Amino acid sequence: MARITLEHLAHSYLPAPQSPEDYALKELNLDWEDGAAYALLGASGCGKSTLLNIISGLVHPSRGRILFDGVDMTAAPTAQRNIAQVFQFPVVYDTMTVRENLAFPLRNRGRDPAYIAERVQAVARMIGMEDQLGRKARGLTADAKQKISLGRGMVRREVNALLFDEPLTVIDPHMKWELRTQLKSLHHEFGHTMIYVTHDQTEALTFADKVVVMHDGRVVQVGTPQELFERPAHTFVGYFIGSPGMNLLPATIEGDRAYVNGTHVPLGGRYGALAGSTRIGVRPEFARLSRDEGLPVRISRIEDVGRHKILRATCFGTEINILASEGEAIPADAARVVFDPANVNVYADDWLVAPAQGSAA
Amino acid sequence: MEKTVNHKAWFLVLPVLVLVAFSAVIPLMTVVNYSVQDTFGQNQFFWAGLEWFRETLESERMWDALGRQLVFSGIILAIEVPLGILVALSMPRKGAWASICLVLMALPLLIPWNVVGTIWQIFGREDIGLLGYTLNALGVDYNYTQGFFAAWTTVIVMDVWHWTSLVALLAYAGLQSIPNAYYQAARIDQASRWAVFRHIELPKMQGVLMIAVLLRFMDSFMIYTEPFVVTGGGPGNATTFLSIDLVKMALGQFDLGPAAAFSLMYFLVILLVSYVFYTVMVNMEKREGK
Amino acid sequence: MALTLDGLSKVVNGRTHIHATDLTLDPGTMNVLLGPTLSGKTTLMRLMAGLDRPSTGRILWRGEDVTGKRVQDRRVAMVYQQFINYPSMTVYDNIASPLRLEGRSRDEIDRAVKKTADLMRLSPLLDRKPLELSGGQQQRCALARALVKDAGLVLLDEPLANLDYKLREELRAEIPRIFAESGAIFVYATTEPEEALLLGGNTATLWEGRITQFGPAPKVYRQPADAITARVYSDPPMNFLRISKTGGRLMFGDGQWVEAKGALAALSDGRYTAGFRPNHVEIERHSADAMVFHTGLAVFEITGSETFIHLDHHGERWVGVIHGIRDLQIGAALPVYLDPSHVYIFGEDGALVAPAAYALAA
Repeated sequence: MARITLEHLAHSYLPAPQSPEDYALKELNLDWEDGAAYALLGASGCGKSTLLNIISGLVHPSRGRILFDGVDMTAAPTAQRNIAQVFQFPVVYDTMTVRENLAFPLRNRGRDPAYIAERVQAVARMIGMEDQLGRKARGLTADAKQKISLGRGMVRREVNALLFDEPLTVIDPHMKWELRTQLKSLHHEFGHTMIYVTHDQTEALTFADKVVVMHDGRVVQVGTPQELFERPAHTFVGYFIGSPGMNLLPATIEGDRAYVNGTHVPLGGRYGALAGSTRIGVRPEFARLSRDEGLPVRISRIEDVGRHKILRATCFGTEINILASEGEAIPADAARVVFDPANVNVYADDWLVAPAQGSAA
Repeated sequence: MEKTVNHKAWFLVLPVLVLVAFSAVIPLMTVVNYSVQDTFGQNQFFWAGLEWFRETLESERMWDALGRQLVFSGIILAIEVPLGILVALSMPRKGAWASICLVLMALPLLIPWNVVGTIWQIFGREDIGLLGYTLNALGVDYNYTQGFFAAWTTVIVMDVWHWTSLVALLAYAGLQSIPNAYYQAARIDQASRWAVFRHIELPKMQGVLMIAVLLRFMDSFMIYTEPFVVTGGGPGNATTFLSIDLVKMALGQFDLGPAAAFSLMYFLVILLVSYVFYTVMVNMEKREGK
Repeated sequence: MALTLDGLSKVVNGRTHIHATDLTLDPGTMNVLLGPTLSGKTTLMRLMAGLDRPSTGRILWRGEDVTGKRVQDRRVAMVYQQFINYPSMTVYDNIASPLRLEGRSRDEIDRAVKKTADLMRLSPLLDRKPLELSGGQQQRCALARALVKDAGLVLLDEPLANLDYKLREELRAEIPRIFAESGAIFVYATTEPEEALLLGGNTATLWEGRITQFGPAPKVYRQPADAITARVYSDPPMNFLRISKTGGRLMFGDGQWVEAKGALAALSDGRYTAGFRPNHVEIERHSADAMVFHTGLAVFEITGSETFIHLDHHGERWVGVIHGIRDLQIGAALPVYLDPSHVYIFGEDGALVAPAAYALAA
């Protein structure tokens, strides 16, 4: 296991990159702590797979360094980095049995047969495939194959990190649950450093201790699921995480108050003078309908999603969403919305602004 | 899956059926007709029953030709398939060089059979041929019209030159279909080059290789033009393969009856072998799909 | 004007893919087929479209028997999980293609294409080729092609499954709006309960080739006819617990019992199965009636606004969804609370014998 450090890392697929737009991955500095579970979250094409492939050594960065426990590994080939990777489409060796598949990485490294047999048995137990060791890998279901690729990674006790590249893409929805929880308990039990790439916020948030959100080749926030939910550092994080995403309303900020079209909204802290275009961001979870206070809204649609309701509404021409709980009655004459002041975030030019005084937490 | 019945579709297939009838069924029936009759010229035919088939089966000449044929097909398969795979493995996967390689590989396939024969016939001549002259100058006794060994070598090398490209191109297509993730996983597992070939490339090429073997077997089993142009079946009967023998019988000696029986059996052997290949291939795909 | 399936079934090589099904879909409705992979959603849609012939039964379209009619001769449009467009044509030509096949006039086509493109927010992209578009835009183009021909029946087979999460969310919110303007019968297949609820309209739950229930989405969700429907229409899956009724009491094990009131009082003594949704599992006591169960916490996951808890209850796996973010101890004992009004009671055959009290109120 190792701590992985990325220093001034940047990558372009072009031979001679000129402008920042030429970079699939813009310069970044990141520290991946030993034994933690990370998720790399972003829309397709945001550079997350490039970053993963740089860590595994399948892609060599145009600039910057990558360190494993302080040792420069930038030029080291994949095999030397001692990492394991699970791909989007399950990779198993069809001609081999499940046992041979699991033993393969150890055999290639010339470990002695007794040790291999013991490790294979242990890993088969971890992934719950002990009773299928003797059968050929060909013809197994996608989730079983994905478990084998995971097992091939974990069979090496000294592995530095386990990398996952959208590993649940081809898995049946009801099996996703099972695999994800299994992965989670494996991490809890064995403490491998894990990096999990996905575009699915639920997968990312449920899996990871820390989520790295990427947008357009840039890391926009690194934080715990709670931080990403409560204090999105960038409006993109607010939009991308949460379903529906964060509501954003143009506002002017004066001290501990925001004004939306002249109507005042209390804030959780006091802010200094702000430059650029300012907006307030409030999650639908922290908005509720009211008869007489708050901003005026017009409800256009109520969607019953089972465990809660989504109210689609317009507020000064901006579409916003409000969440109401399952049993909550929606008063017919409710025409205003109130925000929980502690959970109103302020953004200047899309970046989160911390209050100068008082806490917004 | 069951589809909605559409009778119009049959009309669209009709031209093909007519074409096949003229190009295959009718000529074949003519051959069947000849194979059970005897003639003394002037279009007078007499019923001969299975006499010609019996005679052909008992003829040593046919068995010798069949033996030579099998040895020849065996040798060229044993050379062309591994060589084709090796060539495919060493071809670049993408970029300009990939296209250039593909064109170069396709070139021998575009040359007409008799031209290939002529090229090698001249190339191998000891007086004016580059190959024949050089070999003899180096002290090798090489003459494909005299030496048994020289004749066989020439015919085999010529076939390998002409057809290895086909195997290589098919194998290359198989290799191209392997997702990159497999190679990456193998690097992570520290698999050796041989293991990558044995456990990733070979299983993924299996399907196309079966097609390559089938095509090459059928083609080589029916080979005529090239050896005929180069050696004419000689020296003696050394390179007289089935089809050369057949032509000698039918056109040289004008024994239409035996020749017809011979060609029918020839046809049946090829059909049988193709059927076996096909069954094996389908079974393999089924196993794969399971 | 309706589409009626009358005893429709499909048997392939002796295996029943769809059991005899009766179903009537009214014009201007959104009908969601909800079921796991291989439950028969696609097969049923292909039968509706006329792509496959049913083994038994009839299909009536506007009162007319269309069972043997070819798909080309019916007014059907279909959208698939893969984004299927003509790659060499522009978006405009793609959308126009079904109308050109019908030989409509140039002006008519132009008007229809522009109107549909507007609806699908494709107007600025009409000159582009499909492969130059994002996945979401490609699927919009495929949807536009299905909508433009004014088909009476639009079949959507998991159209959003291949899209990124956020795009899926956006299109999902738009589809009901588009549908409201069309007036056709929409049939939409999905594996996700939340999607079925969001789209609204009717839900038909499918399980192993059988429609287990059909009705308005919230009604099927809150009053499932049987345990299978409840399980299909619950994500995370519904939790189950074997219980029994003796005298006037429902015994929940661990010394927990509830007075059998109302409809429950009439039940005969015997064994039953209690079912409750993960979001009704609580880790604090919210009501005086709540029962308490002693479980172990196997795993917990944070989704931002909620926490998923995976519980071990005497060897059975339960899942709970808790509001807010909790820091819990994996492996520790965790008492969970369950309000009896959130419990569904199923008979031994799986049929619902008493819906949860809250569901009747909602």
